[in-house]
Amino acid sequence: MSAEINPTGHPKAGTTKVKASSLWLDSLSRLLRSKTSVIGLFIILTLVVTAIFAPYFATHDPIEQDLLNRYAAPSSEHWLGTDGLGRDIYSRIVYGTRISIQIGVIAVGISMVVGVLLGIIAGYFGRWIDNVIMRIIDILMAFPSILLAIALVAVLGPSLTNAMIAVGIVGVPHFARIVRSTVLSIKETEYIEAARASGVRNGEILFRHILPNSMAPIIVQATLSIGTAILDAAGLSFLGLGAQPPKPEWGAMLSDAQEALQTAPWAITFPGLAILIVVLGFNLFGDGLRDALDPRLKQ
Amino acid sequence: MLNYIIRRLVFLIPVLLGVTLIAFSLMHLIPGDPARSMLGEKATEEQLEALREELGLNDPLAVQYGRYLGQVVTGDLGKSVKSDISVAEELANRLPATFELTLFAMGVAIFVGVLAGVIAAVKQYSWFDNISMTGALFGVSMPIFWLGLMMIWLFSVKLGWLPPSGRLSHEIELTTITNLYLLDSILTWNWEAFWDSFKHLLMPGLALGTIPMAIIARMTRSSMLEVMRQDYIRTANAKGLSRFPVIFQHALKNAFLPVLTVIGLQFGYLLGGAVLTETIFSWPGVGRYVYLSILGRDYPVVQSTILVIAAIFVIVNLITDILYKYFDPRISYD
Amino acid sequence: MKKQYLWSLFSAMLLVLIIIAGCGGSDDASTDDSGDDTDTSQADNSDNSEGSDDSGEKKTLVFGRGADAVSLDPSKVTDGESIYVTNQVYDTLVRYAEDSTDVVEALAVDWDVSEDGTVWTFQLREGVKFHDGTDFTAEDVVYNFERWATSDEFIYYGYMFGASEDDPAGIIEKVEATGEYEVQFTLEAPNAPFLQTLAMPPFGIASPEAIEEYGEDYGKNPVGTGPFKFVEWARDDRIVLEKNPDYFGQVASIDEVIFRVIPDNSARFMELQSGTIDIMNGMNPQDLTTAENDSELQVIRRPSMNVSYMAMNTSKEGPMSDKRVRQAINLAIDKDKLLTLYEGIGKPAKNPMPPSLWGYNDDIEDYGYDPEEAKRLLAEAGYGDGFTVELYTMSNPRPYMPQPKLMAEAIKQMLAEVGVEVKIVMNDWDTHLAKTENGEHDMAFLGWTGDNGDPDNFLYVLLDKDNAKVGSAGNIAFYKNDELHDLLVNAQTEMEQEKRTEYYLRAQEIIHEDAPWVPIAHTTPPLGVAKHVKNYVPHPTGSEPFNNIELE
Repeated sequence: MSAEINPTGHPKAGTTKVKASSLWLDSLSRLLRSKTSVIGLFIILTLVVTAIFAPYFATHDPIEQDLLNRYAAPSSEHWLGTDGLGRDIYSRIVYGTRISIQIGVIAVGISMVVGVLLGIIAGYFGRWIDNVIMRIIDILMAFPSILLAIALVAVLGPSLTNAMIAVGIVGVPHFARIVRSTVLSIKETEYIEAARASGVRNGEILFRHILPNSMAPIIVQATLSIGTAILDAAGLSFLGLGAQPPKPEWGAMLSDAQEALQTAPWAITFPGLAILIVVLGFNLFGDGLRDALDPRLKQ
Repeated sequence: MLNYIIRRLVFLIPVLLGVTLIAFSLMHLIPGDPARSMLGEKATEEQLEALREELGLNDPLAVQYGRYLGQVVTGDLGKSVKSDISVAEELANRLPATFELTLFAMGVAIFVGVLAGVIAAVKQYSWFDNISMTGALFGVSMPIFWLGLMMIWLFSVKLGWLPPSGRLSHEIELTTITNLYLLDSILTWNWEAFWDSFKHLLMPGLALGTIPMAIIARMTRSSMLEVMRQDYIRTANAKGLSRFPVIFQHALKNAFLPVLTVIGLQFGYLLGGAVLTETIFSWPGVGRYVYLSILGRDYPVVQSTILVIAAIFVIVNLITDILYKYFDPRISYD
Repeated sequence: MKKQYLWSLFSAMLLVLIIIAGCGGSDDASTDDSGDDTDTSQADNSDNSEGSDDSGEKKTLVFGRGADAVSLDPSKVTDGESIYVTNQVYDTLVRYAEDSTDVVEALAVDWDVSEDGTVWTFQLREGVKFHDGTDFTAEDVVYNFERWATSDEFIYYGYMFGASEDDPAGIIEKVEATGEYEVQFTLEAPNAPFLQTLAMPPFGIASPEAIEEYGEDYGKNPVGTGPFKFVEWARDDRIVLEKNPDYFGQVASIDEVIFRVIPDNSARFMELQSGTIDIMNGMNPQDLTTAENDSELQVIRRPSMNVSYMAMNTSKEGPMSDKRVRQAINLAIDKDKLLTLYEGIGKPAKNPMPPSLWGYNDDIEDYGYDPEEAKRLLAEAGYGDGFTVELYTMSNPRPYMPQPKLMAEAIKQMLAEVGVEVKIVMNDWDTHLAKTENGEHDMAFLGWTGDNGDPDNFLYVLLDKDNAKVGSAGNIAFYKNDELHDLLVNAQTEMEQEKRTEYYLRAQEIIHEDAPWVPIAHTTPPLGVAKHVKNYVPHPTGSEPFNNIELE
């Protein structure tokens, strides 16, 4: 269900602020030199452009039904065929990009904000606070994640928003753990100790110094999590616990077409391919980011 | 070492307690009523009320939770509201089904993943490296429920090679001992059953194993690369030792540590995370059972099964950590 | 050097292939190695399910369905999957004819009712034995009815005979054995559907000895008098029955019935195609054509005794409480087009009860599709600018509605054309029931499969004000009409069928006018059946004994 990035992916402790900006530039150029991350970036950009200009790419209204033309095979009129209500599958996939981006950004946003906060607090303050937070994280990790998501959606009621919340909550522990370990390593550096000794307040140390220095692993984890989040949300929709009809969500499209596996395989093939390609894009890019931000792993 | 294990075991108690609390609270927050779920749309209000009373659903939540904990401590997992059968009995056949699926998936994932990862690392930038790592990237990005459907479409609908659902054809006889059908058929020397259950296991096992396989392959490759850059491997190479033993004795042994962690984690995920695979392949396992029980508001089943899965998960992780220590004596646990 | 690794990979692959091939080779080798361990989870049916003509071989019928039975004590369950099985194991006093809901003899061979309609006397069949070898007598009937009247865990008893916690016996005042083979029921008041009700499978007569013996576990060890005996039950996998050679009726020609659980409709259909099961229920409409074109398969449709509908919550403040709006919604839905989603397994409904029942009012003219008139009515009601409503739907298919999600989407589009904005709220079945019973919806899908073939079982249960209680409503339109209530209650106690028919005809007129529902369809749920299965006649009530089936 879940891919956690290599915990060694944080920048070398002791990075100072002055060097930071040039490091980011270095990383960027490394990123663009990598073929795979450029492919990833390309997929992501295509996704974003498609989402923004969906009405121009689509050939039909994604929710316009044609009950007399159900499960029609791909043709020049319907490039990827039609679904169980005679809707154009290509146009639904095109509009579905908007939902995928929404899921990726919102679900991961929730994981990130909550996870980073918990991680920073646990790592920085340590002692019992750390203990309590990490036990909660342990409990969440021990709870089978998809069952947790299903139960959360059952409590909140099935909808895309609630599926995103559930997927977001499931992703919290990964962020919390990564951030905590990064914070632990930065906290002990001379630079932070000097700041503390000179009486800088906790809040300022946390948000002006520690957080910016933990950004790299957070960004990498976020990028990789988007792929996972899209997969998880599609899985929930597949079980009927995510996007509500008639939203052209790809997982829901798959689940609708499952009954036509024998008669209209195209109705299953294409939405699944769309999920695969988009998740692949985020994973490629996330990989590239990790390599770029952590030169130690790169040759 | 023993100290460490005991300390870790004690540590598990609050975690599992937390798991029961979350499972309990979630279940009771879900709208709907187990009495209605059980008796159906034709039951009268009086009948519902009587069943609620019998199940103790009218007591304050804290009392219900306390009672549940009291039960669990004595090893009683409760009774299914729906079937009136003890949860332990309900799990007796389903847990092995999921276990078999998970073991098979992990077995394939480890075998293929480690092998591909090692070769890819040794022959970095070769065509094999490129192809297998591209494959692995596709693997981690795979919506497995879709993969499962496509497999069924190809191997069951189009080619008719593999059965689309279930664990064993009904006309096959098998004496069950462990309820792991592959193992049972070996133990009873029943090759017909072995072949049949293998055919049933193949598609769901491969679908479920795809993501861990890809993760393991990538992890193996990257930790192999790291280890191989280290001095002693270079020294060994320089001394003119044949590369094969060097790689397998030194490099892989050291590179295996992070891979081991991944394997432990993935194993745990698969146990509870097989809901989609089990749904698509009608595999009578525990993931699908919990999922249906959540929808059916079968509180005792959901609470206890999640507890069992979580317990297996944390214990597998504990074992992983112990193995980690075994393989890497440099790590100290005190 | 490089070659070495390729070789190791290659040999590993080879090893795997050899193992696989090895198993394949032994495919046809030893077949019967199961040993004699008693702990076998599999049935003793090594021959295939095709059922061959060779008299030495066992004829096995495999029935594939989506879910397992809950309990095999039919008096305690309401799910069709349990009843499917218990219908083979038990007999009722009287039963439905093979292809209708007419009542014919079963354990009782003759019966009469007193002038005032309160005392029913049944003559029982002699020489019948339960599967455990005990004799069936009038005392056993009394035992069963008294058992059902003691507790409210017997759902159907309570529901059909109006029992409650304070009055667990309901309308049955007493049941007495008036002879070794004669039993007498005394009712509190005349009850027109009484005989019809006794034929329902939940009132199968069980062996008192077995009930005592197994106690709590009786539901796992059913003992009746029916055409098949219970053999074993592997949960969520299979239930095995064998034929009862001493059956008093038609002794089955098949030796064994296996009910297999295959949750996914498509997977189950593939099993049917590959011949590993003989009959399946719950076919996807999509697979109908495939099945019809398959030379090995036939599609048999279960006669309809159900209705699917969209209820409009009349008790909720707002547009739905206005009759004109409800009529407008009826007019705005193009039922013929909607029914294409049923793929030919459904006929459009205009009344709340199916046309196969007596008392069906065929003179009623359905609203028809007229969006202009709908708009006019909406404007007249003050909703000319449209409004937004929530349509609650279940996510899983039901026998009376194979694709609820698509239905909801189609209706959403149709209503949009008259300015009504629909928001779809989809929930799993249990949640859907809970929420609609509580009246949270504006509009909601639901349906009903008849229990005993009496109009009362549709009209009173689904639309009377008695059943419009928030929290446990059968009437989820929360429709309350006193004139209708009087008609329906009178029809319950009236014994003369002609008068009852009159009441029900009038009742349907009132309902049509007030339009608390959009009646959608009556389905004939298709069963996929292998060609070699003969004489399979699905019954309108949803299940039937298999003793007439033959395998070729």
